[in-house]
Amino acid sequence: MRNAVAVPAAPLPDPPGEPEAPARRRRARDDRGIAWLFLVPVLTGFAVFYLYPTIRGVWYSVTDYSLLNTPSFVGADNYAELVSDAKFWGSLRVTAYYVVLNIGSQTLLALGLAALMHRLTRSVVVRATLLLPWLVPNVTVALLWMWLLDANLGFVNHLLSAVGLPTTGFLRSPDFAMPSIALINTWAYTGYTALLLYAGMLQIPQHLYESASLDGAGELRMFRRITLPLLRPILALVLVVSLIGSFQIFDTVAVTTKGDPVGATRVIYYYIYQQAFTYFHMGYAASAAMVLVVILGALTAVQMRLLRASRSDLT
Amino acid sequence: MTRRFAPGRLLAWLVLIVFLALTVAPFYWMVRTALTPAADIYSDSTAVFPAHPTMINFWRVLGLVDNQTARNAGGSGAQIDFLRYTLNSVIYCALIATAQTFCCALAGYAFARLRFPGRDLVFGIMVAALMVPPIFTLLPNFTLVKSLGAIDTFAGMVAPSLLMTPFAVFFLRQFFLSVPREVEEAAVIDGAGRWGVFWRVVMPMSRGPLITIALTTSVWAWKDFLWPLLVGRGEQTRVLTVALGVFLQQSPNTQPDWTGLMAASTLSVLPVLALLIFLGKRLVQSLNFTGIK
Repeated sequence: MRNAVAVPAAPLPDPPGEPEAPARRRRARDDRGIAWLFLVPVLTGFAVFYLYPTIRGVWYSVTDYSLLNTPSFVGADNYAELVSDAKFWGSLRVTAYYVVLNIGSQTLLALGLAALMHRLTRSVVVRATLLLPWLVPNVTVALLWMWLLDANLGFVNHLLSAVGLPTTGFLRSPDFAMPSIALINTWAYTGYTALLLYAGMLQIPQHLYESASLDGAGELRMFRRITLPLLRPILALVLVVSLIGSFQIFDTVAVTTKGDPVGATRVIYYYIYQQAFTYFHMGYAASAAMVLVVILGALTAVQMRLLRASRSDLT
Repeated sequence: MTRRFAPGRLLAWLVLIVFLALTVAPFYWMVRTALTPAADIYSDSTAVFPAHPTMINFWRVLGLVDNQTARNAGGSGAQIDFLRYTLNSVIYCALIATAQTFCCALAGYAFARLRFPGRDLVFGIMVAALMVPPIFTLLPNFTLVKSLGAIDTFAGMVAPSLLMTPFAVFFLRQFFLSVPREVEEAAVIDGAGRWGVFWRVVMPMSRGPLITIALTTSVWAWKDFLWPLLVGRGEQTRVLTVALGVFLQQSPNTQPDWTGLMAASTLSVLPVLALLIFLGKRLVQSLNFTGIK
């Protein structure tokens, strides 16, 4: 599911450690009562819909549970089954393939696009236009491209036959289905990613470009010697945030291919969804989700480190 | 500044324009298809403008024409009412965006400004929850909502995100940390209590970031698919994204009802387009790493 908002958290500096005035300190001790009042709604939501289900999810993963029975403890059986489940490994492979295609193309295009904007224009209209595909629901994007890639009537196939190339049923072909989905989402997220990188580039001091230009450096050289090195921390952060989103690809697959043809697009999120809500293997689905927790947890830990690192680099 | 007129610069502009065209063209084709009569879809599927433009596809997906007329215009005859689904989407977004922003502002302020034992521990646990992918909590949340009998109710649909997301709490806390304390202290000297400071001083000052988080939450809710698919599939609570999926399934697999589907898709883009036109500047500027200052 790539619709989790991935606006990177603003790495604001903590307030300077000013010494507390005595008057302030006296007052500061009295907040206990009101603070818990302020926190009641959020703590309730957190406890019921984050903490409790996280614990229950871990519990499900060691039980046999079909939504109809009460969960019964089975130890590590689900995990043992996962290890020998070819479809599960297949789904991880398919997901990795998707992530490589999607993140590779998306990051390169976004980097180029951001650099172009950075050196050419500050126009809000240009930026807003590039943001449009990101604002549209993934379901709409998927439908739109299903139509454009339709085997008989799709516009892309019209184009292909107009230049004399053979037409293809992109999303129905075992070879082309996954690359098609990856590129559909590249289309949807490149503008958004470019805007994040562009914001990072705006922090690079303008005078560096001016003096390099006086020294006779060309645009490409400036990109390699100034933009890329100074953008590195933010580029790394954007990369990790996109990776986390990309691993959770679901909507596009659910609308266009439902994991077909022959499992070629059955990504891990879709596999978990099928196990839970098509076959009602809740316990098994939870154990597969645990694997995803480990993968994404590691990536998020990297993200938090980078977030801290990116504070110091450009200031 | 002779560089400005260099041929390289012209080429760079050309590339940027190609990017913009590739971004917009699929949307144009969506609208163009929506305006094409279903009967023309074979004969008239390459020209830039439809030969016989029509609004009938919009009227029939909105449920504004009778069943027979809809069927004649290419519909499958299944009950379809995108007016209701759009309304459901708006309700879903509005409920979540307003309640979540308010509750998370309260908590963000408490974490940033108030002193109480366990503050950093509680905040740390909340931030750690960012590491858990949504699908993991989705399974138990589904069984919870199901056991409460809240499937196909708005209550069940909005429950998990109504009060908070860890991200919103984190984002607003970071912002409140950057608000100068002096303003609040002046209010305290004037006799305002903690609530008064928060509600009458801090909240009005923070309009920018509050709108930013409400906007991103709305966009997220507008795009949300999996949770409403599981919990709100019924006609009464069906939101746009779920309705688009159902519509696709209802239409014959061999030849989907493309003109109707594209009309319905256009409906899901229009509000977003309006948002971009009226709030584009704020939205674009909020995507910034130094963000909200």
